[in-house]
Amino acid sequence: MTRGVTQISREIYDLHMLILWVCVVIGVVVFGVMIWSIIKFRKSQGAVADTTLVHNTKVEIIWTAIPIAILVAMAVPAAKTLVQIEDTRNTELTIKVTGYQWGWQYDYLEGGVSFFSRLDRESDAARQLASGADPYKIEHYLLNVDKPLVVPADTKVRLLVTAADVIHSWWVPAFGMKKDAIPGYVNEMWFKVDADKAGLYRGQCVELCGRDHGFMPIVVDVRSKEDFEAWQKSTAEAQKQAAAPQQPATVPAAG
Amino acid sequence: MAHDTHATAHGHDAHDDHKPHGWRRWVLATNHKDIGTMYLVFAGTMFFIGGIMAMVIRAELFKPGLQFVDPMFFNSMTTMHALFMIFGAVMPAWTGLANWQIPLQIGAPDMALPRLNNFSFWILPFAFTILLATLFVPGGGPAGGWTLYPPLVLQTGDAFPMVIFAIHLMGVSSILGAVNVIVTIMNMRAPGMSLLRMPLFVWSWLITAYLLIAVMPVLAGAVTMLLTDHFFGTTFFTAAGGGDPVMFQHIFWFFGHPEVYILILPAFGVVSEIIPAFARKPIFGYEAMVYAIASIAFLSFIVWAHHMFTVGMPLAGQLFFMLSTMLIAIPTGVKVFNWTATMWKGSMSFETPMLFALAFLFLFTIGGFSGLMLAIVPADFQYHDTYFVVAHFHYVLVPGAVFSILAAVYYWLPKWTSRMYDETLAKWHFWLSAIFVNILFFPQHFLGLAGMPRRIPDYATQFTDWNMISSIGAFGFGLSQILFPIIVIKCIRSGAPAPAKAWEGAHGLEWELPSPLPYHTWETPPSPEVIARGAEH
Repeated sequence: MTRGVTQISREIYDLHMLILWVCVVIGVVVFGVMIWSIIKFRKSQGAVADTTLVHNTKVEIIWTAIPIAILVAMAVPAAKTLVQIEDTRNTELTIKVTGYQWGWQYDYLEGGVSFFSRLDRESDAARQLASGADPYKIEHYLLNVDKPLVVPADTKVRLLVTAADVIHSWWVPAFGMKKDAIPGYVNEMWFKVDADKAGLYRGQCVELCGRDHGFMPIVVDVRSKEDFEAWQKSTAEAQKQAAAPQQPATVPAAG
Repeated sequence: MAHDTHATAHGHDAHDDHKPHGWRRWVLATNHKDIGTMYLVFAGTMFFIGGIMAMVIRAELFKPGLQFVDPMFFNSMTTMHALFMIFGAVMPAWTGLANWQIPLQIGAPDMALPRLNNFSFWILPFAFTILLATLFVPGGGPAGGWTLYPPLVLQTGDAFPMVIFAIHLMGVSSILGAVNVIVTIMNMRAPGMSLLRMPLFVWSWLITAYLLIAVMPVLAGAVTMLLTDHFFGTTFFTAAGGGDPVMFQHIFWFFGHPEVYILILPAFGVVSEIIPAFARKPIFGYEAMVYAIASIAFLSFIVWAHHMFTVGMPLAGQLFFMLSTMLIAIPTGVKVFNWTATMWKGSMSFETPMLFALAFLFLFTIGGFSGLMLAIVPADFQYHDTYFVVAHFHYVLVPGAVFSILAAVYYWLPKWTSRMYDETLAKWHFWLSAIFVNILFFPQHFLGLAGMPRRIPDYATQFTDWNMISSIGAFGFGLSQILFPIIVIKCIRSGAPAPAKAWEGAHGLEWELPSPLPYHTWETPPSPEVIARGAEH
């Protein structure tokens, strides 16, 4: 796991490292006692069993109380981060994400931009059964799309996540957030990429959704706020043009 | 055929007590030993079939790129692998061990309901034939995951009603088996065998049986709703009709979480017998162990949504399920500490049952640690539906449940067959299994943390190295398992005669029975002296 590029991803990383170290320490202690026992208390080395050692109330209380304390110590920071994650107030941009079999539809509700994002053609050709293609020769094999999701950095971006057919799930590891895309539901999630972390971030669908579940990746192109505004404006314009009804070359004058 | 070797293994009884012969002995079996044997042979066969499916999966995942199978077939392999292992291998293996051991350990002549017992077993080969046949019908086998989430599962082809039917049959088998276990334990304990004197294996099965009765009907309800959604126009799980796909997940996991405890509680029982036997020391904290199993069983009912943290759950729900899930670590920890304390100041020897039990202790604990990590909801957002989860549950199921089953078979085989297995071959089986299982599953933690999703047949090239190592582990582990039937058959055919008490430190009523084991045992209940000598305290 990496620290990621959002405040939440960093907090999640820290929680992960904390629980990991707690488990390592407990493991070292407990496995240490086990290994010590295996070495010291062997019949082949002449050990004689102490068959009276079947209770020790003091020790039993300690090894129940200490784990409870550790769990409480873990639960507090975890709950804090969870409360932050669930705080979807004051978002600055909303994008609707719809999972399809097998690609993602992105709709910029206020920006007038809308497009479908699918696995890049080069990856798609290479991943066909027995294609003989070498995945190593393809850049970002299986993690490339034709049209990435474009978002501004330093902006609390809200995603409204839903699906059109079966359950999918939208995940970019670098952002630390994952949400299921469920037909009939509109799930809310948000992320805010650090101001200085513009760039391309990749993720995948993470809920089995049929044959090509492994082949509907996510690419997020994080740009500066200005770049994003410019992109959104020009893309919306281009989409409007493309959708406009055909006009005749000249309008015949009346009379 | 395996059945015939078992028939000769039981030997010729001094008093031939109406023991049937030929196919009738097995098809019409009512003897708990015979039915136990059939369950175990069935479970072993299903383990190999599920294992071959796993080999297909790991072969495809050896390198990036799609080399061998269509993605749809790959999905059906992951789905069927789980269904076969959970419902075909582990659960019937535990039922086989229950059938063999519970009457012997409580001083009862047989299970309370012998004909029901027969029916419970024979449903299973029928059900699994139907399930295996789905691979050959239009649309192929089920490919929506063993968790059967709608709407995806409703896209299953002709296999769909076959899968639902097979699951219903397996459920009936489990429920009837559980009823038999409870009635036997509650009614047929020999005089003097009070509940708090029973071996921990019997306790673990008593509690497991209650879990089975509580949750198998819930699964039945869930899959019936899938059936009516598909065929009869209901919309339980279709939003367009006013239904809710997530409701399925709630119902399924309300079954599903207790189900995983059904898979592991008997393992706790087995290990609680084997470690004291080979440490030559009574289990540390017997009552605490009983209460711990009961607490775990109770808590298992209130944690189910930890499988669903990303569905869009309200904050209060996420907090509740995080805390209740973390709580399970406490009684589980108590058990691990008690097993360790049993070893402490013992006098240990390391025959194969003990080796498997100790491997369980180490490796199940690792699986428990990854489970605790998964309970932390914000962290779970990064782990959910990745290989980190796959690593977690395989650690608790393979070196957890499967190793305990192997330990139990090695432990009790000398009793069942009155012959010793080949200890050298068995140690080879152990070491190869223990080493390869870690090569197979430990790297999957790294894959999950690196961002590799579950249930994908092909992956981005940064995931190659750990996948390759995991696949090598899989091939090694799979091949090592071939040793096991060889060892069992060799034991039955030509093992050295085993004494009534095959292990120096073993306690329990089963070891008070003579070797060779009569076809019918405890027709006269054990005397109080025998119980005192054999019973757990």
